[in-house]
Amino acid sequence: MHIKAEDAERHTLSVLVDNEAGILARIAGMFSARGYNIGSLTVAEVTEDEAVSRITIVTEGPPEMIDQIISQLDRLVPVHKVTDLTALGPHVERELALVKVSGTGDTRIEALRLAEVYRARVVDATISSFVFEVTGGSEKIDKFLELMRELGLIEVARTGVAAIARGNEAA
Amino acid sequence: MVSERSGADILIEALTDLGVEVVFGYPGGAVLPVYDALFKQNHIRHILVRQEGGAVHAAEGYARSTGKPGVVLVTSGPGATNSVTGIADALMDSIPIVVITGQVPTALIGSDAFQECDTIGITRHCTKHNYLVKDPARLGAVVHEAFHIATSGRPGPVVIDLPKDVQIATAAYRKPGADLLHKGYKPQVKPDPTLIETAVEMIAAAERPVFYTGGGIINAGPAASQFLRELARLTGAPVTSTLMGLGAFPASSPQWLGMLGMHGTYEANMAMNRADLIVALGARFDDRVTGRLDAFSPKSKKIHVDIDRSSVNKTVAVDLPVIGDVGRAMEAMIRLWKARQLPRQDLAPWFRDITAWRERESLAFPDSTTEIMPQLAIRRLWEATHARRPIISTEVGQHQMWAAQHFGFEDPNKWLTSGGLGTMGYGLPAAIGAQVGNPNALVIDIAGEASILMNIQEMSTAAQHRLPVKVFILNNQYMGMVRQWQDLTYGGRYSESYTEALPDFVKLAEAYGWTGLRIEKPRELDDGIAAMLAADGPVMVDCRVAKLANCFPMIPSGAAHTEMLLQANEVSGEMDDAAKALV
Repeated sequence: MHIKAEDAERHTLSVLVDNEAGILARIAGMFSARGYNIGSLTVAEVTEDEAVSRITIVTEGPPEMIDQIISQLDRLVPVHKVTDLTALGPHVERELALVKVSGTGDTRIEALRLAEVYRARVVDATISSFVFEVTGGSEKIDKFLELMRELGLIEVARTGVAAIARGNEAA
Repeated sequence: MVSERSGADILIEALTDLGVEVVFGYPGGAVLPVYDALFKQNHIRHILVRQEGGAVHAAEGYARSTGKPGVVLVTSGPGATNSVTGIADALMDSIPIVVITGQVPTALIGSDAFQECDTIGITRHCTKHNYLVKDPARLGAVVHEAFHIATSGRPGPVVIDLPKDVQIATAAYRKPGADLLHKGYKPQVKPDPTLIETAVEMIAAAERPVFYTGGGIINAGPAASQFLRELARLTGAPVTSTLMGLGAFPASSPQWLGMLGMHGTYEANMAMNRADLIVALGARFDDRVTGRLDAFSPKSKKIHVDIDRSSVNKTVAVDLPVIGDVGRAMEAMIRLWKARQLPRQDLAPWFRDITAWRERESLAFPDSTTEIMPQLAIRRLWEATHARRPIISTEVGQHQMWAAQHFGFEDPNKWLTSGGLGTMGYGLPAAIGAQVGNPNALVIDIAGEASILMNIQEMSTAAQHRLPVKVFILNNQYMGMVRQWQDLTYGGRYSESYTEALPDFVKLAEAYGWTGLRIEKPRELDDGIAAMLAADGPVMVDCRVAKLANCFPMIPSGAAHTEMLLQANEVSGEMDDAAKALV
């Protein structure tokens, strides 16, 4: 007997929650308990009084599973609102990565040239390395990392996706 | 200026304000200040159990039989971890309970202190919500919100973890208003009227409708059961129920199909399979109900009324989801049905089909003059007691299914069983809790000899508090349901399902100050039951039943409703790996 996998879609969910102890564990634990996947998860306070945080979760699954994930999030007591930005349509997704690349001579020059193409900023430099700061959609960052890998990528730190709906209203 | 008092006093006062009459618990180091506060008051009765797990099941039994939330008080560490099974049980069956756990002082949290455990972490995913209270000034609001959350929307367990220093530190307590700490908690109670309209039209148009009802109707209060009866009367449709929903609809009604699902009746499962409309009311399409999903009720449109959005489309895709309180939804349907004076379809052909399925007599069982058939024992018990409208609890296993099949329930809140989690050892403490909440009721735990041993220590609780519960053990010396699956799936290899060295239950009863009785032959059955009912105080009956009887009908795991096994001779000996992998 073998266990089957199902076709998955990638969805970005925006979740407003009470900013209280354990909230992240509650959300992350719900995902692991029910066997859902977390691609990335970011969290920070977003209201003036620091009472509410926005959690942005990138997840994958078949459409029925995405529906379940939203319902399961929605019934957690500290959750105010769950928005499926992918289903909603126009929205902006951004992520920031810090990318350490080591090299000398031509590869170093090539890394710097490509960084310019990707509008990555140099935030640290030694004679034999750079740390680039690059922001954008996940695909752009993936592509940048792919190029840097060939030129001497040492290590990467990524924030995960933060996302928000386009237009003049709250989603 | 409100005077300050200790966290322990605030807790007791908040519980009193909430109308709590009974707390089930067990003291320990980290909860001593609360026990001291309990000692000094007269509003709240404390039922001392013999193990914390028993306290939680007792609170569940109390809640299920009275409709009021059950309250548990235990200490930190092992007190909390012993409570976890009951908490998970209450979550699965949507039982409103509030569990207050002592915790080590805040300064010691995280230091691996004596009797410390991460109660909040451990219970986070088996509670509806939980709280660690670090400030006595917040305690009153937390307790009030905890009760609101436990009892509103889809009910469930809530844990309040209370460090010892917070029980001693002082703060002001004022009875809080309606404001919640969690502004985002707003369960949708009122169903959308346009969906109710569509639902009513679908019911009126159906030629082969079935009401598939569940524990949500019991949770929605006694009025919901009355609405179900009225809705069934108006529409004429047949009614089936999950294990958890038994009693919402009277078993004596000609519209009653019996329980559905794995050990449901042939007529209930065939009706589900052939229906053109399924109206799910407070039921959640559990795997024990649906059988193989791709073969579940293939020809029907489906309406699903549930207060929990996450229950909708979880396993079975439905045509019309209605989110809201099931009682309110049925009330709205009734009002609309009457206002519109809707003509209903001629359901006579549908009932002719149902009658034909009923004639299969799927609950029939073989006669025996030498051995007591367990099904017969339950029927005799029903005959001797049903006029008294008893509260029945069960443990988990064959005896539980036989009780569900053969004990006809007429009223809600009379049937206490562990449906979702399937917790052996539930029945005795649940019966104790029910007896506390219903002092004049006849409360019987229909048990198996294996399950009863899992919380046997609670006999002492019943004795101490003079609770006249009756425990009726169907003793076949096997973990019968395990053995049944080994018969069906593993070629009759009875791996560890026989219980060696069982206690003498009569002597055991006497040791605890109970009355102990034994019934061994079919001719002794009625007299034995009468003796049980005649005895004052708690009674344990060791009813020796046919050892190898199995529970039928049965839909094997992963099979369709139409693939029911009706009798033992249809049982195959070994299943393939895919079937074995199913629960």
